[in-house]
Amino acid sequence: MINAIDDRCDFCGACVAVCPVDCIELRESRIAILDHCIDCMLCVWICPVEALAGADKNLESECEASMIAS
Amino acid sequence: MRSFYDCIVVGGGPGGAWAAKHASEGGASVLLLEKDREIGIPVRCAEAVGAAGLQAVVDPQPAWISNKIKGAVLVSPDGREVVVSGERDQGYMLDRKIFDYALVEIAAGAGVDVLTKAYVSDVIKPNGRVQGVRLQHMGQTSEVGCSVVIGADGVESRVGRWAGLRTSIKMKDMESCVQKTLSNIELDPDYVYFYFGKDIAPGGYVWVFPKNDRLANVGLGISGEFSRYKSAQKYLQDFIDKRFPHASVLYTVVGGVPCAPTLKKIVADGLMLVGDAAHQVNPMSGGGINTAMLAGQIAGRVAATAIAQQDVSEKKLRQYAAEWHKAQGKAHERFHKIKKAVYKLSDGDLNKTADAVLSLPPEERSLANIFKTALVKHPSLIFDVIRVFVH
Ligand SMILES: Cc1cc2nc3c(=O)[nH]c(=O)nc-3n(C[C@H](O)[C@H](O)[C@H](O)COP(=O)(O)OP(=O)(O)OC[C@H]3O[C@@H](n4cnc5c(N)ncnc54)[C@H](O)[C@@H]3O)c2cc1C
Ligand code: SF4
Ligand code: SF4
Repeated sequence: MINAIDDRCDFCGACVAVCPVDCIELRESRIAILDHCIDCMLCVWICPVEALAGADKNLESECEASMIAS
Repeated sequence: MRSFYDCIVVGGGPGGAWAAKHASEGGASVLLLEKDREIGIPVRCAEAVGAAGLQAVVDPQPAWISNKIKGAVLVSPDGREVVVSGERDQGYMLDRKIFDYALVEIAAGAGVDVLTKAYVSDVIKPNGRVQGVRLQHMGQTSEVGCSVVIGADGVESRVGRWAGLRTSIKMKDMESCVQKTLSNIELDPDYVYFYFGKDIAPGGYVWVFPKNDRLANVGLGISGEFSRYKSAQKYLQDFIDKRFPHASVLYTVVGGVPCAPTLKKIVADGLMLVGDAAHQVNPMSGGGINTAMLAGQIAGRVAATAIAQQDVSEKKLRQYAAEWHKAQGKAHERFHKIKKAVYKLSDGDLNKTADAVLSLPPEERSLANIFKTALVKHPSLIFDVIRVFVH
């Protein structure tokens, strides 16, 4: 499962364009990964700001850690 | 808003605005739907356009233009600068907030109904033909019928997919981009600057596009082939730290640019795709404003005629695809090949090519001459690149 972090996402749609199974829903300032995601990782790799990650990576805590560090 | 229109345009960018305007002028009743709360915002763009390409589709107004460009500076990986100048108005820096607004205002003036904060969540296609859209607006879901849907919904387009077209883009053809608007920098604002090199932007380039002598859009795109190893954001930070360490950042925006040839299929029964949604960006430069407007203009006209003749079949709408290919699509296929070749060149090859050009006296550095010299001394393709950029 892919996780998106709203704080980092700019809602640009690059991930939507590469998703092979059309399972990303994007609004003006909201993003959701739908259930039929096949975990191909393309969206994670294209994102210009690293706002997506596979479930093995805990973005939320990584983001907090970097905020504390900076 | 009515429950039926001749034509519904999804997306209020330049492609959508121009499709809507031309469909309306052709006699169709038109509804334009935009998911964001305001047209033109956020600006997801470096804002540079070729003057000739813009003039071909609209009469540019002074209020849309923040700066006029007379040439380009191409910087090779080891820092050699190749300057290509022309007359004063080779290109414009647009203020896209004002520009996108103006285009939709013009469309509205031509009779188009416009609704913002209107998210299209699906197309309606009983018996396989597109006949309307499902719309979410202010917490309400509704359906609006039409004869033709024009999907001008940008890089994130899903309209084509809903209608059954294959529109997802290959990773290597997708540019992953970040841009910052920097103030407190010094630049000659008559030029746009391009930096090439595998270490600064693999499979893409860095752009520095001045809005005035102290303010510029500084950004980069890297191919999706490489973005997995280091993100666009990190590449840009490295470039800015080195080149503009004292700059202040007034705006940051990210995005994707589909740098591919036009999609094989851009029409279906009752459906047309326009602009980024159809991959109509110049695949070499990544510029997609002029081309989206050109495509919108053709699509809008063809849609209006098809509607008037009560035949909105794929066969009829193919007229749009045919005219687009003649006007730009074919050229984009060529530019895409050039892009692939250029990005295969090593940094060393790029440096050598710059050298060959710099050995010419400045007064002889016309584009034609540069091109000849490059071909003789170093049969590389960088000069095709120049032609594409200053086109
Ligand atoms: C970082 C960056 C820099 C760029 N720099 C340049 C440049 O310097 N020069 C240039 O010519 N081009 C540039 N481009 C490309 C250019 O921005 C696009 O090609 C151009 O905006 C395409 O116009 P369009 O109308 O097809 O799509 P867009 O302008 O993207 O408009 C699409 C609209 O559709 C809306 N939409 C999407 N889905 C829905 C839905 N489901 N329901 C309702 N509305 C929806 C979106 O909100 C959006 O407003 C750049 C792109 C990026 C990302
Ligand atoms: S590519 Fe990244 S920034 Fe853009 S919408 Fe997807 S998650 Fe957000
Ligand atoms: S992992 Fe693949 S299938 Fe899942 S959302 Fe990302 S691109 Fe789509």
